[in-house]
Amino acid sequence: MTPFTFARAGDTAEALRQGERAGTKYLGGGTNLVDLMREQIEAPTALVDVTGLSSGIEETGGGGLLIGAATRNTAVAEHRLIRTRYPLLARAILAGASGQIRNMATVAGNMLQRTRCAYFYDEAARCNKRAPGVGCDAIDGFNRMHAILGASPACVATHPSDMCVALAAIGATVHLQGAGGARTLPFTDLHRLPEGRPDIETLLEPGELITGVELPALPFAVRSTYRKVRDRSSYAFALVSVAAAVDLAEDGTVREARLALGGVAHKPWRAFRAEAALIGAQPSENAFRAAAEAALEGAAPLADNAFKIELAKRTITAVLAELTGVSA
Amino acid sequence: MAITINGTAYSPPQDARVSLLDLLRERLGLSGTKKGCDQGACGACTVLVDGERILSCLTLAVQVDGRAVTTIEGLSEDGALHPLQQAFIVHDGFQCGYCTPGQICSAIGMAAEVRRGVPSVVTADLGADAPVLSDDELRERMSGNLCRCGAYNGIIDAIRETYATEAAE
Repeated sequence: MTPFTFARAGDTAEALRQGERAGTKYLGGGTNLVDLMREQIEAPTALVDVTGLSSGIEETGGGGLLIGAATRNTAVAEHRLIRTRYPLLARAILAGASGQIRNMATVAGNMLQRTRCAYFYDEAARCNKRAPGVGCDAIDGFNRMHAILGASPACVATHPSDMCVALAAIGATVHLQGAGGARTLPFTDLHRLPEGRPDIETLLEPGELITGVELPALPFAVRSTYRKVRDRSSYAFALVSVAAAVDLAEDGTVREARLALGGVAHKPWRAFRAEAALIGAQPSENAFRAAAEAALEGAAPLADNAFKIELAKRTITAVLAELTGVSA
Repeated sequence: MAITINGTAYSPPQDARVSLLDLLRERLGLSGTKKGCDQGACGACTVLVDGERILSCLTLAVQVDGRAVTTIEGLSEDGALHPLQQAFIVHDGFQCGYCTPGQICSAIGMAAEVRRGVPSVVTADLGADAPVLSDDELRERMSGNLCRCGAYNGIIDAIRETYATEAAE
């Protein structure tokens, strides 16, 4: 590990002052950053521990919730209002990592965690995320875990978070604080697709700090869930995951739906086209399969991961059937 | 400030690079906590910080300044093994024993999570106040601790005996 200085920020203003300096990184739980520093993939010269800032969960005036950036993942998943109003978020968090890691990891740290692409971690491999322009060894390598949507010739890595898939489906808003003041971003705009610069993963400005994430009121999310398909039944990253919520009208048709996918793209993937396809549909396996086809439109497989396309379609169909009581 | 480890206060290391795991093993001679993968994948280094289970390999020692750490060495009282340690012996919850300190610290933290109602991904009713500690629940909640000898059945038996009984009382 490269030597670095360590400081705890007493408040947001102090964190921002320290975060302005080049080479400084904010430290949450450290479950990803400390590992990357040990691997020499990250080499900050200063760490600012921001876990003492904003870690509460408050109700907003509009019936939503504001989650402080430093709230630990376990604390979010166990919160009664998260469990009862946003079950897809509680289930997504609980599907990720292990009990120990969920106790350490913060909400903002979870959002900013980096890909687990093995070539990103392997210093001997070419990786445009680590060294822009050198090439990507995953594209023609072992790419069973890699992206099928939104990838580029520069990068086929996936975003590893489960929590973020639920936040995308919920339509959360990220609260940011920077030298220029406070601003908000729709959560689905926080992460970018790789295009030609896979090393730039979010729209955060240098030194900008995530202070919280706001969940809008979403009453129909009581009918929501998260399903993760993986190689072993626990403590593994997703091959494919689905976060979904369905609102049914009095006549039984779909009034509104939320759908997002994990394990398939460089960012948590909100399936807007599939959501539109579901509106007005009578719940049925055929209708759900049609929505799944819409969600995977444009999917492009690599040598080892074509199975993800059908797996994603079947998982979407099964989750929507589960939520609406359709036997599939 | 100081890091309290098993009731004794220690100064945090000057070098911020030192992990909590290396502080325990290499500087304080508390070698009960084990280094398995050193990258957060195996759980062998699990310790309790303010009663919560965490991975000491991914924790910088300076991060726990001002907090209380409990390791396997801090579990026995007046020379008597912690009930879970005794249960691991009774149920053969190990073969080589390398993952055992992490398993035991993890299970103690896990039991505290269950007591305060933290659900798991296999909990059917997320709204339930007290999750039922079925074997499925135990296996899911302990999935962050690998045992390469495959002593999982004995581990689950030991934890069930120690904590499922408590839950029923």
